[in-house]
Amino acid sequence: MSSRSVPWLKFTAPANFYALAQRLTPWLWAGAALLCLAALYIGFFVAPAEAHQGESYRILYIHVATAWMGMFLYLLMALYGGIYLVWRIKMADIMARSIAPTGALMTFLSLWTGALWGAPTWGTFWVWDARLTSTLVLLFLFLGYIALHGAADDREKGGRAASLLAVIGAINVPIIYFSVDWWYNLHQGSSVIRADGPSMAPSMLTAMLLMIAGIWLYSAAVVLRRAQVEALEREPRSEWAQAAAAGRMTRTQRELAAAESVREHTSQEEGQA
Amino acid sequence: MKQRHKRLTLVLGILAGASVATALVLNAFSENLTFFITPSEVQAKSELPDRHFRIGGIVKEGSIERQGESTQVVFKVTDLEADVPVRFDGVLPDLFQEGEGVVVEGHLGPGGVFEADNVMARHDADYMPEEAAEAIERAGGDPSQVGSY
Repeated sequence: MSSRSVPWLKFTAPANFYALAQRLTPWLWAGAALLCLAALYIGFFVAPAEAHQGESYRILYIHVATAWMGMFLYLLMALYGGIYLVWRIKMADIMARSIAPTGALMTFLSLWTGALWGAPTWGTFWVWDARLTSTLVLLFLFLGYIALHGAADDREKGGRAASLLAVIGAINVPIIYFSVDWWYNLHQGSSVIRADGPSMAPSMLTAMLLMIAGIWLYSAAVVLRRAQVEALEREPRSEWAQAAAAGRMTRTQRELAAAESVREHTSQEEGQA
Repeated sequence: MKQRHKRLTLVLGILAGASVATALVLNAFSENLTFFITPSEVQAKSELPDRHFRIGGIVKEGSIERQGESTQVVFKVTDLEADVPVRFDGVLPDLFQEGEGVVVEGHLGPGGVFEADNVMARHDADYMPEEAAEAIERAGGDPSQVGSY
């Protein structure tokens, strides 16, 4: 596969990735802040109290968003891990390694907020039911991945071992997701994705979906930033890294920009003629 | 076969093998992975474990009896097919109500009364505004029967 047949393959080169992430992250940060603020406003001031739980149900806006994000990030990490194992693309390992801390944070937040919600509603912080236990395993998988990645002196060896763990651990994600259908749990079933439509009042659902979108953008921004740093660290003496550190363009980028301005110039002249 | 095709086969093979192994293990332990059993299952079983176990269901309408000023409470857990009487002495969770989900933890005492030492409320995955539930009740309906929007 050449980069010509699949256009985005050029971002497997750290220099191109770095430039792309540099352009994307400010927008992602802005979008994340906007969506999260809107979600919190609707969630706390517009959406009404819940019939049985009163005010404590509002924890779910953060709980559901972080729980979904944790599972999704794990699958993404496993995918990048698999790509690294098979094609040995360094950028895939960088991405997988950059996803892990955010995934661990999201999973931890979902467990933490879940415990805070469970105490008043269920009457207990924690039970060893299938949903809760498999989510705890997810947190351990993220932490295990990070530990294994750093365990070997050789970065590539550590990356390969951790990637294999990521791929095998992906089996846990469908177990988390379907646990509420397969076994009786204390945790309830899904309120959003179900055959008869969401069993949630519209304003509550709006706040939750906005929060999910905001958490998505936040995760994308922070993962891309981390991947930028990781890429710099791995090739500190390369031309693109030196240029990026100094805030300059690389030679290729300068040439491309020059060619672009010449093209624009000539097309303007053609327009005038 | 190219080197990367070999690696792809190997990775997919490992993933498939691990999936099958996990599926077999989960299937074998299925009975232990369930958090509670239903009142029907309690009645159907001829031999119940001496140790602690959990029963899950709905608090039967009109079955809650409080014993004077004490915290002792007696109620029935039902799955609409079978009932199990439960005795509990302690603090009940906020969501504990007639017609709502519940999981009780304890052991079966003499006379078929379940002696619970822990009661947990179970949420039903419906999120309904307070006003909407009151409006439905005023109209003579049952809010718990109105599931989806």
